[in-house]
Amino acid sequence: MMTTRWIEISVGAFVVAAGLAFLVLALKVSGLDYNSDDKSTYTVYAHFNNVGGLKPRAKVTMAGVTIGRVASIEIDSEWYDAKVTLKIDNSMADKLSEDTSAMILTSGLLGENYIGLIVGAEEDMIADGGEIKDTQPALVLEDLIGKFLSSMGKE
Amino acid sequence: MLDFLQQRGKRVLDIIGGLGRSAQLLLAALLGIGYVLKNFRLLIKQIYVTGVLSIAIISVSGLFIGMVLGLQGYSILVDFGAEEALGQMVALTLLRELSPVVAALLFAGRAGSALTAEIGLMKATEQLASMEMIGVDPVKRVIAPRLYAGIISLPLLCVIFSVIGVWGGMLVGVEWLGVFDGSYWGNMQASVNFTHDVLNGVIKSIAFAIVVTWIAVFQGYDLVPTSEGISRATTKTVVYGSLAVLGLDFVLTALMFGDF
Repeated sequence: MMTTRWIEISVGAFVVAAGLAFLVLALKVSGLDYNSDDKSTYTVYAHFNNVGGLKPRAKVTMAGVTIGRVASIEIDSEWYDAKVTLKIDNSMADKLSEDTSAMILTSGLLGENYIGLIVGAEEDMIADGGEIKDTQPALVLEDLIGKFLSSMGKE
Repeated sequence: MLDFLQQRGKRVLDIIGGLGRSAQLLLAALLGIGYVLKNFRLLIKQIYVTGVLSIAIISVSGLFIGMVLGLQGYSILVDFGAEEALGQMVALTLLRELSPVVAALLFAGRAGSALTAEIGLMKATEQLASMEMIGVDPVKRVIAPRLYAGIISLPLLCVIFSVIGVWGGMLVGVEWLGVFDGSYWGNMQASVNFTHDVLNGVIKSIAFAIVVTWIAVFQGYDLVPTSEGISRATTKTVVYGSLAVLGLDFVLTALMFGDF
């Protein structure tokens, strides 16, 4: 017969083990990155003619380094283009110049879409809630094939 | 003909009546939380029986499922030259689906059936009736601690299952098949989202814990108190518990991950 004390100790160890496992999941597996909606981000908007396969929670990178996430994508009924809300890490606050450009890129040949930022040369910086004006839409494969076919036809 | 209709009708009414009794039992047991907190020892004892004693089976299955995922994932991904995405695949499969579901199925088989048999035997030997005689509510004294212990234990087991599974996948993928360990962890961290994947998995396993333990204690509490009744109720616990987990899993997955 197990003593009550042993039962208590083993249950305590069980709870501690599960807590540690949860900590491992939080830190090691999920890396608790920018998309946990904490206050350490600020918002920037960008309008794209076509977002292609971009999805919410896609990463925003600069020089290949992830500096933020796509928070939401919605249609702008005034201009009929896509309004993308970006959550940028606070360490980049006041470091993106007014003429920063945003491109929708694809990781690898079949990978997912993400946004790449290239910083410009202006002195003024984009504030919280500001907008990136220089944007390039996603490359849509069908458009490319269409252009290729029509240029083939001209020759 | 009329007899047949009568039988069908009685059966339907029986089923609905059973649902009603089970809902009553769940509500009464959940409301017994005050009693459980006052008699914390009871809860600890039940967490030991349902949780601690299940750690061995959960760890071993977690390890092997992680290793199988590593092996299968590698053999598929290597064809596309994408074996670096192994960590991402193993972690997402485990966190979102496999660890809540497999842990709940094992829990239904390991702890659920034991709960049913124990409560059923208490009923068959009229321990529950004698408790009522001396003024102790068996729902609060027997059912509530077991229900809460199950609801607490399964999510904890599920988290342990995930971690051991991820480690098992790394064992096969990195140590044996030679995936670069930086990309195993890096791709995993880049794609696993804490709220979307980890917390949703835990929420799933809490839902499964409620359903499986509920079915187990109800089948034990409501069975025909004979040896045959106990064996049938134990079987029902495992069958209904597993089916409920799999069905509920689809609904929860559609709710959590259905927004493409």
